[in-house]
Order: sequence, then structure tokens, then C-alpha cells
Amino acid sequence: MSNTKEIVITPLFKNNPIALQVLGVCSALAVTTNMNNAVVMTLAVVFVASLSGMFISIIRHQIPSNIRIIVQMTIIASLVIVVDQVLKAVVYDVSKQLSVFVGLIITNCIILGRAEAFAMKNPPLPSFIDGVGNGLGYGVVLIFVAFFRELFGSGTLFGYEILPLVTNGGWYYSNGMMLLPPSAFFLIGIMIWLIRTKYPEQVEAPDFVIAPNTRKEAV
Amino acid sequence: MSSNKDSISRTIIVAVVLCVVCSVVVSAAAVMLRPMQQFNMDQDRKSNILRAAGIVDPSKTVDELFEQITTRIVDLQTGQFTEEFIPEAENFQRAANDASMSRSLSRSEDIASIKRQPLKMPIYIVEADDGSIEKLILPVHGYGLWSTMYGFLALEGDLNTVAGLGFYEHAETPGLGGEIDNPSWRESWVGKQIFSPDDKSTPALRVIRGSVDTSARGAEHRIDGLAGATLTANGVTHMIQFWLGDAGFGPLLANLREASQSGDASIVESDDDADDVLEVDEV
Repeated sequence: MSNTKEIVITPLFKNNPIALQVLGVCSALAVTTNMNNAVVMTLAVVFVASLSGMFISIIRHQIPSNIRIIVQMTIIASLVIVVDQVLKAVVYDVSKQLSVFVGLIITNCIILGRAEAFAMKNPPLPSFIDGVGNGLGYGVVLIFVAFFRELFGSGTLFGYEILPLVTNGGWYYSNGMMLLPPSAFFLIGIMIWLIRTKYPEQVEAPDFVIAPNTRKEAV
Repeated sequence: MSSNKDSISRTIIVAVVLCVVCSVVVSAAAVMLRPMQQFNMDQDRKSNILRAAGIVDPSKTVDELFEQITTRIVDLQTGQFTEEFIPEAENFQRAANDASMSRSLSRSEDIASIKRQPLKMPIYIVEADDGSIEKLILPVHGYGLWSTMYGFLALEGDLNTVAGLGFYEHAETPGLGGEIDNPSWRESWVGKQIFSPDDKSTPALRVIRGSVDTSARGAEHRIDGLAGATLTANGVTHMIQFWLGDAGFGPLLANLREASQSGDASIVESDDDADDVLEVDEV
């Protein structure tokens, strides 16, 4: 059972899909302007990642290797459409804000990556748990980024006012950049820095070495 | 087993079975959730209309509040209500892409940069007890800086005073152009005059740069600008000029004005079949 725990916990920080594997960054930029979106997106990704892992694992001995990727994509795409339909029916406001990004879970590299790397080789239950772990790993980053973006960009958390804005008669000047996608780059960068300080083994060898600064002029 | 697994017949069988299973799952989800989604979209549209008109009452449901509102379809060219209620016309965003239900606008006409304009538009009326118009809610849209902004503009019964403005779809810069959603800015529209007393065909209302000097002449036609969002604000001005001008709801407003002057407050009631169709539709 400690193995199960490990499958869930490792992707959270040690082997985080965004921070270490740098997968699925695009949607992390788009859906993190507030906590609500980030949480719903996390749930959607956990749902798709875990169930697609499980279904692919169940039929992994039947899948012909020629059409392996197509089969995986079909299963993932079907699950994503189901999630999208459910969101539209249950939390319409959130689904309007998430708009195309729910659909784009299909192209989220984390899910196809885990299907190919884990679910094709492991039994259904561990594959399911692996999906939950990776979905949550993605969610941790999303929620971390969304926390700072919503707090400093809109002065709210989950829509509740924390820092009263000047435009509403308070004292806090909102940081408009936090609401724009580039700020997510900075926050993800800071998060990767923090994680790699804690787990130095994640630090990659530099691709090139910066030459030491010399005072000599070019000849 | 593995050589068997990769045979052509096996590949085709797996592909077909998988496709059938997945399509059953997907279509089942779509069909079963359809009514709930329709309901949500309907509620969303209704609450946007109510919000623009400033009708907010947390103790009542959206449907209860919406009961006081009559939906009518307007032929924009003539400014007359259509005889029948056409449900398709309510979805004017789709109508704008349908050549048979819209017309393309010439460069000079198209100040709001919307390219195609539906021939018929829905409008929403809040009726007073005597059948006259208490509020008229017009759907408006126009291009801002990044996106087409869709909203509702509510007018008072005099067809000149703004009762409210609300956008329900846009993608302007958050914090700058996105401030068109700011409640205090939207509040500043209430009570402004669309037309000057001597010209009832060209809207005088515009969003200016900076804030309005309330003592200056014409202040009732000026709206505070949005800091850092001049282009979005210009888009809003163009939108108002277009939709309340001759190419937009101008002819309708002229007809309604004439009707109320001649004391015929019943223009809203003029054709009963339309109401019948509407009721049947809602059942």
C-alpha cells in the first residue's frame, strides 16, 4: 500500500508534471486568473487523467500497437467531452470562463504522457491512482499560481474580497499584470525554483557554461 | 498472442468496438445533459437582461423576475415588430452568420465594426400597468480593442434616458478595458441622455477621455472614460452610435415615439397572435 501512496505523492512535488517535466504549461497560463477556475480545472484534469489511465490499462492487452496512440486519444477525447458537457450543465458560469480550455485537456501532454508511459504497462488500479496523482500535481501548480494571481490581481480569493480595491473604495491598487498570462510564467518560474531548492537532484546540468567574465577587451 | 493482437482484422475490430463504445458514451452524455444546459443558457441570458435593466431582487428567481418582461422581434429596416415570434431570431449571434438572416454592412455604415448585421433582432420590454413601455432593453454589440463586446442597453420609457448597461461577453484587457464590467462605471450610465432634444436620429451619447465636468453643457451626453482603455471606450461609443442610429434601432425608436405621442400606448399590444405564439413557445 505504501506503493499506492508513493504513486499519488510523488507527482505532487518530486516529479511534478509542470515543474519538473514542464508539461501542460499552456493551459496553466490561461485558467489561473482566479481560484474557482483553477479548482474546477484541476478536478476536470484529475477526472480525465485517472479514468483514461484506468480504461486504457484495462484494455492494454487488446490495443494493437499500430493504433495505440489513436486508441488512447479516442478514450481521452470521449472523457473530455463528457466532462465538458457536465460542466456546462452543472457549473455554467465556470464553464463559460474555462471556455475552450476544458476541450484542450485533450491535448494536455500530461494525460497522453501518463497514458503512454504508465497505463500501457501497469494494471488498472495503479493507473487510476497515477492519474489522480498527476492530475493533482498539475492542480497544485494551478492553485499556487491562481492564489497569487487572484489575490494580487483582483484582491479576492474564490471571489471573496481580501484586499479592498481602490476602484471599490478600498486601499489596494490591483496589479493588472497578475491578470495577464505572462505573470503565470513568473510564478511558475518561482515555484520551479522553490521546488528545486528543496530537491536539488531535479536541477539539470546546464546546456552550456557561461564563460567567466574577463576584463580583457576583444582583440 | 502479440502477433495475433497486431493482425489487420484484430486492429479493425478493436477500432470499431472502441469507436462504438465511445460514441455511445459521448452521445448519451450530450443528450441527457442537453435540457440542463439549455436551461442554464436561458437563465444566463435572462439574468443578463435583468441586470442591464437594473431589475435585481435576490428573493426571487430569475424566471419570476423575467415574467414582467415581454420579448418581441423587431425588423430593423422598418422598425416594426414582426407578426410572429421567431425563436431563431433570439439567437442573433448565429443569425449574423447566416446569409439569409443578415446583411453585410458597408464600410461607412459599419462604425461598430461588426461586419454583418442580423435583419431581425430581439428586444425586451418591461411594461407598465397601463400597457405603456416602462423600460426597453436592447441587445447591442460592437468591436472594442480585442473582441466583440456583447451587452444590453436598457432605456427608460421616454426612449432617451439610459436605465442601465451591462455586457455579458467580451475579451477586453482585464483591469483596463475589462473595467466596462465595473459596477461603479456602469452606474455612471444611469440617467444619461442618448439624444439631444433637437436631434432624435443621431445619438449624442459618447464615452469621453477623462472624467465628465458635470457643470459643462452637454454633460448629460457624456460618460467618464476608462483610464488606459481609450480604444475600448471608443468601441463602446461606436456601438451606441451604431445601434441607436438609423442602421440599428433608430426606426424602431422613431415608431415607438410616434405611437406614444399619438396617445396610442398599445403598440406593444398591437398584434395578439405574437403573444400567443410566445406563450405556446414557453410552455
